[in-house]
Amino acid sequence: MVIPHDLTTLTAPEARTLLVRRAISATELTQAALDRIAQVEPAIRSFITITADQALAQAAAADAALGAGDPASTPELTGIPIALKDLFCTAGVQTTAGSRILEGFVPPYDATVVARLRKAGATFVGKANMDEFAMGSSTENSGYHLTRNPWDTARVPGGSSGGSATAVAAGEAILSLGTDTGGSIRQPAALCSVTGLKPTYGRVSRYGVVAFASSLDQVGPFSVGVEGSAMLLRAIAGHDPLDATTATTGVPDYVATIRDGIRGLRVGVPAEYFVAGMEPDVERLVRAAIDDLARLGAEIVPVRLPYSAHGLATYYIIAPAEASSNLSRYNGTRYGLAAVEEADVNRAMDLTRARGFGAEPKRRIMLGTYALSSGYYDAYYRKAQQVRTLIKADFDAAFRDVDVIASPVSPTVAFPIGARIDDPLAMYLSDVCTIPVNVAGLPGISVPCGFDGQGLPVGLQLIGRAFDEATLFRAAWAYEDATDWPRRRPPLATAATPAGES
Amino acid sequence: MNLTPEDVDHVAALARLGISPEERARFAEQLSGVLEHFRALQALDTSGVSPTAQVQDLRNVMRDDIARPSASRVDVLANAPRQEDGYFRVQAVLDA
Repeated sequence: MVIPHDLTTLTAPEARTLLVRRAISATELTQAALDRIAQVEPAIRSFITITADQALAQAAAADAALGAGDPASTPELTGIPIALKDLFCTAGVQTTAGSRILEGFVPPYDATVVARLRKAGATFVGKANMDEFAMGSSTENSGYHLTRNPWDTARVPGGSSGGSATAVAAGEAILSLGTDTGGSIRQPAALCSVTGLKPTYGRVSRYGVVAFASSLDQVGPFSVGVEGSAMLLRAIAGHDPLDATTATTGVPDYVATIRDGIRGLRVGVPAEYFVAGMEPDVERLVRAAIDDLARLGAEIVPVRLPYSAHGLATYYIIAPAEASSNLSRYNGTRYGLAAVEEADVNRAMDLTRARGFGAEPKRRIMLGTYALSSGYYDAYYRKAQQVRTLIKADFDAAFRDVDVIASPVSPTVAFPIGARIDDPLAMYLSDVCTIPVNVAGLPGISVPCGFDGQGLPVGLQLIGRAFDEATLFRAAWAYEDATDWPRRRPPLATAATPAGES
Repeated sequence: MNLTPEDVDHVAALARLGISPEERARFAEQLSGVLEHFRALQALDTSGVSPTAQVQDLRNVMRDDIARPSASRVDVLANAPRQEDGYFRVQAVLDA
């Protein structure tokens, strides 16, 4: 393949090809990403921390490895610039989870996914902005700053993994890692026109990942082009003795089967996911994408997921309940902000948490504590867990008939900054189509499927059987291959030549 | 379902979360709105449905009990707001 003038336009498989051919160096590739960061950060602010020195040192090591023997035998992500959501513990680099309560916290160890990416040869360009503790759908809840959508900087990038999505969309990194508890990878991927995948619960280790809702959280990839996400998932997936919920199921070679096509694939379409209030352009584009799947040989079948209508209410009991428990550790004792001047232990904790948490974590802690409190536990928490069983049973029944379920990702395109920040319920509705997938623990992928009348991106969601990410990659790749959506980049990412290139 | 400011105070105390008078009023209103949304769940018949705490069929995952080095005390204490003699320093938890 031809070496592009602008290396930040490379997809991960393209970059790998050029690195292995030694047509480009890891240092050139990483420097291009760092130059792009310097160029676009004032406008979009994807990162809380930029780790340029670390990235260049890793790139130098990658170049040494590529030059030492057969370059094709190096790990697949050697020299590939990656952005990490700022809730993955990185030894020696501040990790905030987007919260002021963790400002200055420097983890003594790496999350398992970070350790695996180091071994895979990646270069880490920075820690990406996010909604505080991954609670939000716009990245406006970050305790640090806003992140702006590269397609329209007056609009949100989605969230909670907003910085991970914008970093890849704007060419500041070739791949990035996020987490998805109710849609936090898929929704920003859709709003920024990149690919994002939430793996099956238990597919990827959560060790060293700042916890939000432990029965729902999963780590997953972002990329321009589907294949990059397959490469990244292959590098991070698999059993981890440090996370007892990781499955021992083997990790298939997602890339090897990605081009196998979708002839005969049975794709279910649930009417319940074309919700009231959905924007007409979103519905039109998602239905057109489903027609494209049919043209590619898939068989389209209606399926019913009636209990998904209760997904949002179920989630907003279970997730805050788990969060209220997980966030109890931030009490000013072992790390993070502390009201050390206060002599009374209870008042010190009250004050530490009052100062350190923003409005959304406070709201969720309150909601979760209420749902778990004496007298309300059965009415709320136990009830929600029972409905969780019913939501999952709907999916189990549907997957006896179909291989994949297709739906919108988000009922709307990226909304203006500030539009939903004072209305929690409106913000929560952003995730109405993605939340049931977390509740059922299934994998879901978001792929770009076009642009609305204002030029804003729309995403298609494909949901799979547990541990069947391979089929999602295959279907998403077949769709992508038949369109040119990933080739359209935001004007901001291509307007100017990064410094250092001629 | 309406949450009173007194309910908010009770929950905030359980959560060890200091809240301002302004937050107290705002949370009462916003949380009431969210709880109202949950009412639809109460109408669902879930008799005989077992609750799902997690989606996998895992039970009591065990590993071999083998001694191995753990994190160093220095590393673990490096982020402590206050430390003394190799320990975390905390406020008194018992009355003198």
